[in-house]
Amino acid sequence: MISHLPILQVIVPLMAAPICLLLKRSQLVWLFSLFASAIAFIISVLLLQQVMTSGVISYELGGWEAPWGIEYRIDKLNAFLLLIISAISTVVLIAAQTSIEKEIPKEKHTLFYILYLLSLTGMLGIVSTGDAFNVFVFLEISSLSAYALIALGQDRRALWASYQYLIMGTIGATFILIGIGLMYQMTGTLNMQDLSQRLPEVAQTRTVFTAFAFVIVGVCLKLALFPLHLWLPNAYAYAPSIVTAFFAATATKVAIYLLIRFTFTVFGLSFSFTTLPLQGLFLLLGLTGIFVASSAAIYQNNVKHVFAYSSIAQVGYIIVGLSTSTITGLTATLLHLFNHALMKSAIFLALGAVVYRLGNVQLSSFNGLGRQMPLTMAAIVIGGLSLIGVPLTVGFVSKWYLLTALLEKGWWPVAILILLGSLLAVIYVWRIVEAAYFKKPLADSVPVKEAPLFFLIPIWLLITANIYFGIDTRLSLQVASAAAQSLFGVSP
Amino acid sequence: MNFSIEVMLQLTIVIPLLTIVGIILANNRPNIREGITISASILLLFIVTSLYQSLLSGKNVNVFWWDIMPNLSISFSIEPLGMLFALIASFLWLITTFYAIGYMRSHQEENQTRFYSCFALAISAVMGIAFSDNLFTLFVFYEVLTLSTYPLVTHAGTEKAKQGGRVYLGILLSTSIAFFLLAIAGTWFITGTLDFKQGGIFNPDVDKAIAGALLVLFIFGIGKAAIMPFHRWLPAAMVAPTPVSALLHAVAVVKAGVFTILKVCVFIFGLDLLAILPTTQFLLYLAGASVLLASIVAMRQDNLKARLAYSTISQLGYITIGALLATSSGVIGSSMHIATHAFGKITLFFCAGAILVAAHKSKISEMRGLGRQMPLTMIAFFIGSLSIIGVPPTGGTWSKWFLLMGTIETEQWILMVVLMISSLLNIAYLLPIPFHAFFSNPLPEKHDASSSNHESVDLASNVDQSQVQIKEAPWPSLLAIGITTFGCLFLFIYPQPLFDLATAILASGQ
Repeated sequence: MISHLPILQVIVPLMAAPICLLLKRSQLVWLFSLFASAIAFIISVLLLQQVMTSGVISYELGGWEAPWGIEYRIDKLNAFLLLIISAISTVVLIAAQTSIEKEIPKEKHTLFYILYLLSLTGMLGIVSTGDAFNVFVFLEISSLSAYALIALGQDRRALWASYQYLIMGTIGATFILIGIGLMYQMTGTLNMQDLSQRLPEVAQTRTVFTAFAFVIVGVCLKLALFPLHLWLPNAYAYAPSIVTAFFAATATKVAIYLLIRFTFTVFGLSFSFTTLPLQGLFLLLGLTGIFVASSAAIYQNNVKHVFAYSSIAQVGYIIVGLSTSTITGLTATLLHLFNHALMKSAIFLALGAVVYRLGNVQLSSFNGLGRQMPLTMAAIVIGGLSLIGVPLTVGFVSKWYLLTALLEKGWWPVAILILLGSLLAVIYVWRIVEAAYFKKPLADSVPVKEAPLFFLIPIWLLITANIYFGIDTRLSLQVASAAAQSLFGVSP
Repeated sequence: MNFSIEVMLQLTIVIPLLTIVGIILANNRPNIREGITISASILLLFIVTSLYQSLLSGKNVNVFWWDIMPNLSISFSIEPLGMLFALIASFLWLITTFYAIGYMRSHQEENQTRFYSCFALAISAVMGIAFSDNLFTLFVFYEVLTLSTYPLVTHAGTEKAKQGGRVYLGILLSTSIAFFLLAIAGTWFITGTLDFKQGGIFNPDVDKAIAGALLVLFIFGIGKAAIMPFHRWLPAAMVAPTPVSALLHAVAVVKAGVFTILKVCVFIFGLDLLAILPTTQFLLYLAGASVLLASIVAMRQDNLKARLAYSTISQLGYITIGALLATSSGVIGSSMHIATHAFGKITLFFCAGAILVAAHKSKISEMRGLGRQMPLTMIAFFIGSLSIIGVPPTGGTWSKWFLLMGTIETEQWILMVVLMISSLLNIAYLLPIPFHAFFSNPLPEKHDASSSNHESVDLASNVDQSQVQIKEAPWPSLLAIGITTFGCLFLFIYPQPLFDLATAILASGQ
């Protein structure tokens, strides 16, 4: 059983999806999905433990040996990602039933859970597989279900947002496929380990350069790196709240994982960052992304838009960390993957609770909400402080590491820009705080109650995690730095 | 009490936190709620005093909580400067609580539970700052202090309070994130440690340009010290209720700022390095300019609290100058000034609040002749002013003396002149207030004056001034004023313990 964990990680949610069809009753389906997701979470914990103690796990699918058959390869990096995805998925699912009752018509509930589980399968699959073509397959599974999930949003604009995402996402996936195809043409293999050994021989060919360009652009579309971010704000704002909470914490993270996997493992560090000008490019795009997206966030009136733009800005921080191409920088990136997942899922879940009570998340609806929904608003404030990077929250830890990485490189001006960027976060978070705590409720608004318990439990679980991992960084830091070191080929 | 010193040290931070729980539980019973606050502050004062005793007997204490990141820990220790700060803060918390009870009740403020809770949280943060063993711990509590005082500044909840709060939080948070954090990260990157150490943590052969740049970042980043151009938050925070102003200006926030600057100068850079950094001179002049400009602006303010706020900015400049002079007299003067200014300024703010509560006046021009109505308050105001100016028989004399000595020792003649001119300006903007209160008649009240000031209208129409009734602030507030006024005088007569603590700062750990 234990030796089959890598495949079980993906199979469990995949098999759970069709079973949902048989269960029919919405409540039952919910409990079952929650159960499946929790199992996936437990598997990911076991996998992480195993990887941390005994190193890389290689699993041969169907018993076919590695370069020919499909290999599932779990190292510290993807074990960490698996944990993030399955944990967030499980916590978010707790609130799902309550939230979709208001947002999705009853007959579509089963469909929602099926899509959710398929999307989860796709993400877990992308992360655990060691085969480049398999990545594309799972990418399509997760993307297709994501388009459908977003289209379930109650706002009519959800359809348009989903369509936008569909077009951009398909272009991205196609680019990745073209890149993989070109690599296959040059090396005759699809296994990532095998690729990484064979690519250096042909590294100086135009085909490989082209393959690299296609893969990177495709992945960057998926992770919403500025200026390829246009699909994201609307997709996040009009999707059902639960979907947003899940995707904001995981979807871009998976794409960033792919970026790291391709640049560090498949193409190799020296090819990606020395032969090709990825470093300067990432630094420039990352910084511009931080400032453009943060400034855009300040001017939004839909609070989901505010935090969607903030997500794009956070991707900027992650990419800047990556651009240092040092162990510390990569550690900062990985830490921020984890920390940002905690912040954004908490914030978007809390916004879901606001939608549940108020029906919308316009900034003006937040007026006076500090008194009416004290626990939910407190969660948004703490999540926002974490986003700003106040000490004792997770946001501070990743920012500190990013700063250290930049200073290590001697990039003082970049360090200053990063800090100035986080001041913009102060502004967009504080607009919400002022509305909630200082403004009087609108004259025609109906007083609302605190969010239901099924919202408060997952929200505060995540908020507690935000604070806990900001104080006790042993777990996140240990795994992140071990993963970073192994990517650089340094034994920890 | 038979607790070990380690436990007591942690209690200083934990007790205010526990108080919050008590305050919230006693939400609807004001007497119990305030009783809890008072007993907690008495307990805290008691513990801090015992810690002081143990410091005198020369015991070293170190408390380690946990590592947030490798080599970056939350840990605490006791050294004389922190002890001085903790003593002042815990003593004045008690006094301010008494004052706040009288003020808040007679003003019928709302949300008093939130008020007392945030107050206690701020005190907890102050204790954390005072006893922090490294710059990282200090930074953590520094930010906690900023955030916990924000609801206090915006207490009134009005549009004006919101504006003030925005400036307050905006400046304090931005400077600390953009400059202070960067300076800390830079220091950590260069030296590999953030521990406070006698003589500093930089190698003597460190690149002077980089260390100089870090110093600038530190001075600008510690926005709580209100060095111009990052001083706007202090006048903006005037919208807060008076006990908060007292907390901000005398006890917690600004003192945390200059305390941090002293800590950084003495224990991060070390005086030897500080004296030869290329940017020190520039910063000294900047602080000098801050002293002078703030004094000049203060003269032009008619709102009493605004005038006191600018006066605070100017006095904080003194402390920063003392720290940057990098001599022992400078450091001694600065640390003594933390104490003497605390007592002087809190007296003045208490008086301002008492005038507001009893006579509903906030403009200086309206306070002529007020001495007949509030003689005790005005006498206290007079003594507090003397202490800020720095003349006998008040404690301010000593600290200003040492600061002046510091400028002479280092031959900073320009700064010496600045300090002396500023003292003259202090006289010009503080003393006329009690003088006019006692010896002038009120200006004839204009009839279109705000009709809400019924009492003042009545007074003005009363031609026979000798018949004015004495109407002072409620007795808890008056008691508080009396104690702080006495403190100003006491520090003149018996400054020895204060002086000993201040001299011990440079001797400790050697």
